[in-house]
Amino acid sequence: MTRYLRLSGLEPFVLTPDIPFVNVGERTNVTGSAKFRKLIVNRDYATALEVARDQVENGAQIIDVNMDEGLIDSKAAMVEFLNLVASEPDIARVPIMIDSSKWEVIEAGLHCVQGKSVVNSISLKEGEAQFREQAGLCLAYGAAVVVMAFDEQGQADTCQRKTEICARAYRILTEELGFPPEDIIFDPNIFAVATGIEEHDNYGVDFIEATRWIRANLPHAHVSGGVSNLSFSFRGNDPVREAMHAVFLYHAIRAGMDMGIVNAGQLAVYDQIDPELRDACEDVVLNRRPKAGGSATERLLDIAERFRGGAREEKLRDLAWRDWPVEKRLEHALVNGLTEFIEADTEEARQAAARPLDVIEGPLMAGMNVVGDLFGAGKMFLPQVVKSARVMKQAVAVLLPYMEEEKRLNGGEGRQSAGKVLLATVKGDVHDIGKNIVGVVLACNNYEIIDLGVMVPPQKILQVAREEQVDIIGLSGLITPSLDEMVHLATEMQREGFDIPLLIGGATTSKVHTAVKIDPRYKSSQTVYVTDASRAVGVVGALLSPAQKDQYISDIRDEYRKVAERHEQSERAKQRLSYAAARANALQLDWSGYTPPAPRFNGAQVIEDWDLAEIARYIDWTPFFQTWEFKGVYPKILSDEKQGAAARALFDDAQEMLQRIIAERWFTPRAVVGFWPANAVGDDIRLFTGPDRRETLATLHTLRQQVPKRQGRPNVALSDFVIPEGQGADYVGGFVVTAGPEEAELAARFDRANDNYAAIMVKALADRFAEAMAELLHARVRRDYWGYAVDETFTPEELIAEPYAGIRPAPGYPAQPDHTEKLTLFRLLDAEAATGVTLTESMAMWPGSSVSGLYIGHPDAYYFGVAKVERDQVADYAARKGMTLEEAERWLQPVLNYTPGAARDRAAA
Amino acid sequence: MTLAFSLPDSDSLAKLTAAARERILVLDGAMGTQIQGLGLAEEDYTGHGSGCACAHHTDHPQTGNNDLLNLTQPDEIEEIHFRYAMAGADIVETNTFSSTSIAQADYGLEHAVHDLNASGAFLARRALNRATATDGRPRYVAGALGPTNRTASLSPDVNDPGYRAVTFDGLRVAYGEQLRGLIAGGADIILIETIFDTLNAKAAIFACLEVFAETGRRLPLMISGTITDASGRTLSGQTPTAFWHSVMHARPFTIGLNCALGADAMRPHLVELASTCPTLVCAYPNAGLPNAFGEYDETAEQTAALIGGFARDGLVNVVGGCCGTTPDHIRAIAEAVAPHAPRKLP
Repeated sequence: MTRYLRLSGLEPFVLTPDIPFVNVGERTNVTGSAKFRKLIVNRDYATALEVARDQVENGAQIIDVNMDEGLIDSKAAMVEFLNLVASEPDIARVPIMIDSSKWEVIEAGLHCVQGKSVVNSISLKEGEAQFREQAGLCLAYGAAVVVMAFDEQGQADTCQRKTEICARAYRILTEELGFPPEDIIFDPNIFAVATGIEEHDNYGVDFIEATRWIRANLPHAHVSGGVSNLSFSFRGNDPVREAMHAVFLYHAIRAGMDMGIVNAGQLAVYDQIDPELRDACEDVVLNRRPKAGGSATERLLDIAERFRGGAREEKLRDLAWRDWPVEKRLEHALVNGLTEFIEADTEEARQAAARPLDVIEGPLMAGMNVVGDLFGAGKMFLPQVVKSARVMKQAVAVLLPYMEEEKRLNGGEGRQSAGKVLLATVKGDVHDIGKNIVGVVLACNNYEIIDLGVMVPPQKILQVAREEQVDIIGLSGLITPSLDEMVHLATEMQREGFDIPLLIGGATTSKVHTAVKIDPRYKSSQTVYVTDASRAVGVVGALLSPAQKDQYISDIRDEYRKVAERHEQSERAKQRLSYAAARANALQLDWSGYTPPAPRFNGAQVIEDWDLAEIARYIDWTPFFQTWEFKGVYPKILSDEKQGAAARALFDDAQEMLQRIIAERWFTPRAVVGFWPANAVGDDIRLFTGPDRRETLATLHTLRQQVPKRQGRPNVALSDFVIPEGQGADYVGGFVVTAGPEEAELAARFDRANDNYAAIMVKALADRFAEAMAELLHARVRRDYWGYAVDETFTPEELIAEPYAGIRPAPGYPAQPDHTEKLTLFRLLDAEAATGVTLTESMAMWPGSSVSGLYIGHPDAYYFGVAKVERDQVADYAARKGMTLEEAERWLQPVLNYTPGAARDRAAA
Repeated sequence: MTLAFSLPDSDSLAKLTAAARERILVLDGAMGTQIQGLGLAEEDYTGHGSGCACAHHTDHPQTGNNDLLNLTQPDEIEEIHFRYAMAGADIVETNTFSSTSIAQADYGLEHAVHDLNASGAFLARRALNRATATDGRPRYVAGALGPTNRTASLSPDVNDPGYRAVTFDGLRVAYGEQLRGLIAGGADIILIETIFDTLNAKAAIFACLEVFAETGRRLPLMISGTITDASGRTLSGQTPTAFWHSVMHARPFTIGLNCALGADAMRPHLVELASTCPTLVCAYPNAGLPNAFGEYDETAEQTAALIGGFARDGLVNVVGGCCGTTPDHIRAIAEAVAPHAPRKLP
């Protein structure tokens, strides 16, 4: 095997000759990054992990981790950070360089990494015995080593000292210890140049020449260095520093330096540096006399200010494609989503064609096939496809009058669609962005779409399906009660003798639910769970293809049978604690020293002064990108290698619409907030009419986790975060916010204008506005209305990570899965009158871009999932709520850890 | 620490290397399936009543503690080893998969670890001697180190990803204890197998180097990872090549894969290792995938045909079977690989 340096994280890394230079990320080094040091000192490991992730995404092939800082327990920080990195696959995929001047820190780090890492560093500083011992341990741990050019006399500065020390270390490692030479990386010390001290002027040359000698005389060994030291005297002038680094690397790499600790996101490209700056840097790095006279350092200092901050040229619009033949122009417009010329081009194509239909079935479908292929191959992304659909619709709109005319004249046949698909969001549910996207994508593939909209009763779905003779029904839903609606509709389809496939999609749906609950109800055709819009075309295609259909359905049946079996097995294995045991393991907060202030008002209050621009600053964009089926986190998604360009285009479009929403006041946000004196009573939270806490106003019911916990971890319920009765005065708040009812009308208007892209966009943005309002309102509650954190100063970006004290759990979400708690909340707030938001029979909020929740103020309160619960708790809960057991089971269906009625059936039998 | 790399190798390495140059070597099959076939009850496991009395009394129930049978049912275990040896195995694994203080903690038998391992190696050696007496073929005992039931680079608590249920040092000490028992009982080879988490394996390698330094002799190491599913990665997330890079410092006699997958599904990952690793490659897959009842349906002929394919395509130097395989499987595998030359190193 060729002697290459071979390292690994989750993935292998081999330093082959075709890799000229390995970037080692330096941002996770407390000595190199003030930001990272602050994060570690403050124990903000979540953000520290983001720093590591950024580096990897910016191309670092290895990341250097260093925790050497006086204020930090370096060993503990190294262990904690590396353990956390291990659980982040997108960081852990690259090898780690464990960097410390303390051997015990390095060894602690080696105990945490499964991959083959690099130890940075060992040296002859303390003599040969220690060097041998540490190198031997590196062999036993399986790590490569960085060897510093440092010996008993000190750090090597001249080329001669550097090469002597490295040669000595190489001999001991390879001849005495059998250390693989390819696993040795020498660091011959990069020192600062252009410091004004003459002895420093040759440091760049010393490093470069030592590198050349090492690569020529110490076979298989590598050379690395910390590049940022070089430009130390130009701190604060990043363009000049980047240019110096690029120039230095250019020469050092040619001399054989094949690894370096550099900021992977900030490196100038040698060829693109301004020639004047590049020459000046070169004179400094190579210790040359400038042609213009004076010293190299003076020359660089002279010009440095001029290069602080530079402009970048703008990309010119390219219209070369306008000269192409019309078919290619149509394809180009479809693939690139360009509407500017589509009407003229379509008209031109129509005049050249025998019949208007030929334009659709010829160039337009050919263009859409290209779109479909690119989408299928992962080279186009959803928003781009929706834009293509917009172009298609506008082209068809040009042709439609001619086709109608032709039909009137000769009664000719219309357009052949690939099949008819009925789509609907089920009764009680108002969420439809995903469904609309599926409709657009299918329409792009020549399916005829009948979209019945939201809150569609089952009778209507079946009636239209029969009248229109549709080929497939697709159901969508977001909230949990919609799952039961889908089961109900499947049952009805079976009863009424339907034999067309049924598609299931939406956020709460799942393959398991489809296989276990829906599929068995509808046996005369097949139910199929569709993960996301990008799968819809393939699924519908297979189900409607006479050649593939039978095999596809039989595969799906096999799969669902296995899913159902596995589900049943795992359900049997899932143990739950008894409700009594779970309650005995409740979270015990220390209430001494916790005295929440009284909120500024008691009861509900409408909040009216909403500024759309201010709300917009609180938008968390990551879920927006998820809506469009991007995978990643904002803002990194914008620079993602694969999805970045599409994500940026989408984001620009979103910003453009956002500006119009704000300027033209498209939305009329409404909100209501209330606070009440409250205390926990068992697993419930009792609200009182007044501060004397004598008369009960209402009771909020909460559910407790029943999953067995590791020693020392509690089984939590929301009531655990509220001071129990008799132990102090606590408060609980509640809120409902909405972006307003306009979104539906706006979306309908865009649809009528053949612009699905804008229709989906406005709904997605309305959702973001509602969520941003909830975030903004919560911040105001903490600082002002309740005022338990008056000094809080988080920026909107910081709020995304939920760093604040207290929580705002929403009924129907993991911490309280019971949607019916919204009834209590809405009654307390008189929310319908205050905001116009209403509840459907499934407890969905209408309009859909609305958010509600409770406010709990305790600093130790956190978001959690109740997960599955047992019959004993449900019975108790039902009794507390004054519901029958059956009613409670119906609402809690998705979180039941048992089959309702099963025990009773057995008892009856 | 004295470096184990500079220690003399044991005689077994030279013999194994010579044999592996001539032909594909055969490892044994599953122990668990054979033990299940015995239909043992609690008193058979504990050795109270008719079996031999166990010196390591504890009140924990022992049913399922297969390694304890090395002490309480030695004749039965020796017989299983003997059947595999006669079916064609050159290398037989000790029944010590869970014989670390970490894994035995579940049974309250941490203090029995040395005896479990020493006896495990001794029984295997005795079975192989009997087999060699009948046909003259040399055979080797591979002392088996399992993954333990804890992972050093994964948190068992999703809410606390920084938590670890076991440390590198904890594993290193536990494996060291196991190794001393295996070497005392006469193991010729050390086999670190079913590696879910490479960090556990690295602790085992470290322990080997320490214990070899104590005994002054380096045993051949076999290292076998487990690709858990179609993702093509170990449970701890590594690709096969990344896994190899992590353990290559052990300079193992073989590198390979076992468990979790049948031969069919294991093949692409084996191809990756076979094309990359400059050492011998070993594969011992399961008898297909378990059915809904957790049983393995692949017949000896089916498994042997797939593994015969590995041999025909020059992917392997050592083959055997993991979960669900039987002496019949090993006999069929040995026959299937016999006509083929061993893999050449890249």
